[in-house]
Amino acid sequence: MAPVTMLEAIRQAIFEEMDRDPAVISIGEDIGGYGGAFKVTEGLLARFGPERVIETPISETAIIGAACGMSYLGLRPIAEMQFIDFIACCFNQVTNFVAKGHYLWGAPAPMVIRGPSGGGVHGGPFHSANPEMYFVHTPGLKIIYPSTPYDAKGLLKSAIRDNNPVLFFEHKFLYRRIKEELPEDDYTVPIGKAVTRREGRDLTILTYAAMAHTCIEAAAALEKEGVDAEVIDLRTLLPLDKEAILASVKKTNKLLIVHEDTRTGGIAGEIASLVCEGAFEDLDGPIQRVTSLDTPVPYAPSLEEHFLPNVAKVVDAARELARY
Amino acid sequence: MSPSYPAAKTKTSAAPALTRDTHLGLYYYMRLNRAVEDQMVKLFRQNKIVGGLYSSLGQEGISVGTAYALEKRDWMAPMIRNIGALLVKGVRPRDIFTQHMAKFTSPTLGKDGTSHFGDLKNLHIVSPISMLGDLIPVMTGVAMAGRYLGQNIVTMTWIGDGGSSTGAFHEGLNLAAAQRASLVLILENNQWAYSTPVSKQVPLRDLAERGRAYGITSVSVDGNDVVAVYRTAKSAVDQCRAGDGPVLIEAKTHRMRGHAQHDPAEYVPKEMREYWEARDPITRYEKFLTENKIWNAADKKEIEARIEKVLNEDREFAENSPMPPPELAEQGVYCDGCHTIEADWQRPKSEVTPPKTTFDTTLQVKDFGGIDQGFNVPTETVTGQTEPPPIKKSAKPAQASGNGASAPASSKSSAAKSKSAKAPVRKGRR
Repeated sequence: MAPVTMLEAIRQAIFEEMDRDPAVISIGEDIGGYGGAFKVTEGLLARFGPERVIETPISETAIIGAACGMSYLGLRPIAEMQFIDFIACCFNQVTNFVAKGHYLWGAPAPMVIRGPSGGGVHGGPFHSANPEMYFVHTPGLKIIYPSTPYDAKGLLKSAIRDNNPVLFFEHKFLYRRIKEELPEDDYTVPIGKAVTRREGRDLTILTYAAMAHTCIEAAAALEKEGVDAEVIDLRTLLPLDKEAILASVKKTNKLLIVHEDTRTGGIAGEIASLVCEGAFEDLDGPIQRVTSLDTPVPYAPSLEEHFLPNVAKVVDAARELARY
Repeated sequence: MSPSYPAAKTKTSAAPALTRDTHLGLYYYMRLNRAVEDQMVKLFRQNKIVGGLYSSLGQEGISVGTAYALEKRDWMAPMIRNIGALLVKGVRPRDIFTQHMAKFTSPTLGKDGTSHFGDLKNLHIVSPISMLGDLIPVMTGVAMAGRYLGQNIVTMTWIGDGGSSTGAFHEGLNLAAAQRASLVLILENNQWAYSTPVSKQVPLRDLAERGRAYGITSVSVDGNDVVAVYRTAKSAVDQCRAGDGPVLIEAKTHRMRGHAQHDPAEYVPKEMREYWEARDPITRYEKFLTENKIWNAADKKEIEARIEKVLNEDREFAENSPMPPPELAEQGVYCDGCHTIEADWQRPKSEVTPPKTTFDTTLQVKDFGGIDQGFNVPTETVTGQTEPPPIKKSAKPAQASGNGASAPASSKSSAAKSKSAKAPVRKGRR
């Protein structure tokens, strides 16, 4: 099979799951004949019809609420946020209604909320956000943020089959920039499992989403300087793969965390705490982080490039850390 | 103030066709509703209720009359003042007591209080959350899923005058209208959002107007007349089941206690309280049942004895129940296979399985949305003017003239008018 983009991999996952199980439906804005703002759902309406591809008014709270109601009758809705930034409009519905139902009154909500996220495409402050941490802080949700077509397809399938509400972040910078050959047969990737992208001895770089590619590039540059970095792609942020994180830190004794999300309250802080609790005596240096600035995502390319982490920033931080 | 409140109507109650059983059923649940809440006030004063206690005193006719119109297969999502609806749907008084007392035997095992619980499998009840309005899109989704699965169900939820100003209310009602979802929305206008009177919240006399803005059937009813409420709700449920939903019913009533037990509600004018006290839904119904010779003293006694028995048993059960073990706090955030999720298909799956669903995606545009298609545009608002015209107090808004090309909404609303005319509904006065 020819290699496919991340966008195509996500599209395949939706098609294949809707083919496999008539309880799976899609709901969102412009996802029908138009095929969605990024064309992830192109052809979906033609194949499955308007009963299963439900186009809605611009009402994010209604989209999430209706999806949740459908899930209570045993459907498995996939709700699209046209841009994941707009999930702020239905924050209450997601965090108070959808997320708490199982804990409080035993109501599972098997639904997926997916949408394009992330910067680097000059989308400006309202089309570039990484709002994952608002939701990582919400018990009851699962949060997935893949970096490759293979993972995106396999994890989205797992998300659709999961009995819990899952937020699925699709980094739009990666949509059409990377390609990968995918297995022809049905496969899934387990939720909550990190993957080692590059083995190394000198330090661990923990990352996810588009930054996984930045970090692999940085690791190649570091190799030329004689620093052997291990790169781990978290893939799932909630639940975190604590075992994989601690095992790698115990092996390399140094930890650098890289994320595109803003710094304060980003997942780096949580991971640093986990490592202090579980592997403090294995550390040979301070836990470091490379993140975006604590600002909104600015629009001008010169500003956004300054805002985002990049290979040079990761290499600099890793080089410093390696000296300990 | 008092002259502006709607007059109590007994006329609608005199309309025929309710069986004696229905009458006695409605009465039983109203009395049970009130008795359960009276009991909880006692428990509250004995410090046995963990959190707040919210009263539906005077609103029992709405909870009971509306829920009574639902069938077993139908779904409901009550709000905080709808204990009567829960009882009608099959919830036992002990579930209400244990919930309020945070007991391990409660439907949520003590994880949440009040009427915040549900039952997906048997009773088809969706739990509310404290943020108002969110149930409307959720119950729209339940209705949509029911239709998709071929279940022919109707969903019902409630909102207050206060909650009708939330974004979720409007997003949800609009989606329900766009989807023609089988949702009956009961808007309990009890005149107060905590301490804020309706007149400060909404510049409308009849909150049913809010539904009309979405092109759906929307009616007002005297909420303290349980027979009128039941008949209106029944007609709405029938209309939804026939595929012509959603329907909004504004039930006018009054909250006879404060927002919760802590609130003495001193902001309620004395005359207003007295006006509504004289229209207590249970007293009125008793009078009606007697005057129309539907029951006799023995019926009343029998009902009271039944209520006393169940109440004593259930209060005892709740008081003797244990508190949840502390470690329960850690459990149940996720479904790790504890639930089997399976939809109840009442239609062949093949109907929605490709390739049978293959659909022509060519957009069907019904009209051009233009301004020259029969709208009665006031001359002052013709475009090109630099200054907006002054707003005249008496000016009527532009209305569709009934030109078929431009007005699915107008044809719908006229259909709605003819439908609602059948129901014993008190039309709102403007």
